[in-house]
Amino acid sequence: MLKPLGDSAILIQLGDAIDPILNQRVHALSALLQTIPAVIETVPAYCTLLVHYDPLATTYDQIKNLIDEKISHLDESTHRPSRRLEIPVLYGGASGPDLEPAATTLALSPSELIRLHSQREYTVYMMGFTPGFPYMGILDEKLTLPRLSNPRTRVPAGSVAIAGSQTGIYPVDSPGGWHILGHTPLKLFDPTSENPFLFAPGDVVKFIPGDGR
Amino acid sequence: MLELLELTGIATIQDSGRRGWKKFGVPTSGPMDWFAHQAANSLLDTPPNSAVIELGLGEITFRALRDTTLAVTGAGYEVETYVWTFPLWTTFYVRAGWTVRVKKISGGNWAYIAIAGGFDSPIIMNSRSAYLRGGLGSALKTGDILHSGKPANELIKLAARDFPVEKFIPYSQTPVIDVIPAPQADWFTAEGIRAFYESEYSLSPSFDRMGYRLHMLPSRLPKSQRLRKSIELISEGMTMGSIQIPADGQPIVMMADAPTTGGYLKIANVIRADLPLLAQCETGVSRIRFRETTVDDARKKYHVIARAVG
Repeated sequence: MLKPLGDSAILIQLGDAIDPILNQRVHALSALLQTIPAVIETVPAYCTLLVHYDPLATTYDQIKNLIDEKISHLDESTHRPSRRLEIPVLYGGASGPDLEPAATTLALSPSELIRLHSQREYTVYMMGFTPGFPYMGILDEKLTLPRLSNPRTRVPAGSVAIAGSQTGIYPVDSPGGWHILGHTPLKLFDPTSENPFLFAPGDVVKFIPGDGR
Repeated sequence: MLELLELTGIATIQDSGRRGWKKFGVPTSGPMDWFAHQAANSLLDTPPNSAVIELGLGEITFRALRDTTLAVTGAGYEVETYVWTFPLWTTFYVRAGWTVRVKKISGGNWAYIAIAGGFDSPIIMNSRSAYLRGGLGSALKTGDILHSGKPANELIKLAARDFPVEKFIPYSQTPVIDVIPAPQADWFTAEGIRAFYESEYSLSPSFDRMGYRLHMLPSRLPKSQRLRKSIELISEGMTMGSIQIPADGQPIVMMADAPTTGGYLKIANVIRADLPLLAQCETGVSRIRFRETTVDDARKKYHVIARAVG
């Protein structure tokens, strides 16, 4: 379950599925490990946690034992309550060019697609791709679509999109292959701010359909 | 204070990297060759985390606007100033008005130009390191004026220093790079693993700060003979030195600006001590091999060379 990734990181595998309960354990463990001094930082993903440590400050065996100790207390540890964020979204039109084609492919009306996308609460499983990109799920299974066969070379920052069983928001202008359903005016990444990121791994997110005003 | 007159390669400011933001998707960045970066700083008595210019894939010419002392380390370059040509791994005094040219020769990809007092550029999210794909910092360009902090010592006392030969690491065109098997090494067949360690590799011309794509010589195994499982990996964290094997079988080694997570299988991970050797391998020239080592041996090796520039 614990394996070295090179000489300065340890990969902790807590399971092998994309599953909200499993992912919550990843975030809980990530929080527990912050107290170990030789830990530089942790990277939670769907069912794994990568721990970056300072090999000048510790040995693999020492840090492995400390992590094992924390894992043994994982279930009794009080889970940090997740932050819950509401994200306003303007669906469709120029803000969501893929809303109508996606609805057609899924055999839904655009308003039904919006309802299914915005009624659930999603967990931020992990972040990556570009700084601040939240991978969130799980989508209602009626919304499952493969990625676009021709990815866009530029997706505007703030685009709310879906692919597979997941939904996400593009934090900066970047290439992208997800279906763009709408746009949020919120800024997800501001490197000049003391808190540069709107989201953190483990957050709970709900989309609020807006009327563009 | 330096004025950048001419630049043909890619030059960025790099300190030892940006830590604490990986969980948000921000890589560490920092130098491609950490040994040369730290050596340049240690030659000028500046702290190991100080910001330097990293130059790759071309040349840079600048003019000193004040007297200063510079150190240039790395591989594949030499320095011309006033009437002299210097090899790398030395420090030299530069008078206001002199131009300095860091000139590409063979033998490596990256040079590190450190200045007495360190470069004083804006700190973004706790670091001066540029991460261009993420919009943090910017590439240096002609006309830029680069400021520096207060030198640790008199400029003349910092000048004419050589990096001790006995502390040098074995930069080579035919390096044997030590690696530790990665968590998914057991997804590969015994034949696939043997092919990985027995092959020689060249560096593809399309390398950058994010990753080095290698070409297996003479040829690679078909996927069916390489892998024991054909299921997809669920994306997980990775690090500088992670060696991914995508569907085409040609390894990609993650470098300083590598994404924090990835979904390709990792067969092995280059140890810290040997990352500088790989970083300086040249397209079309270097012949690279990998050798398996253990975490304990990797740590010992890292301690020795980290101490040499600490």
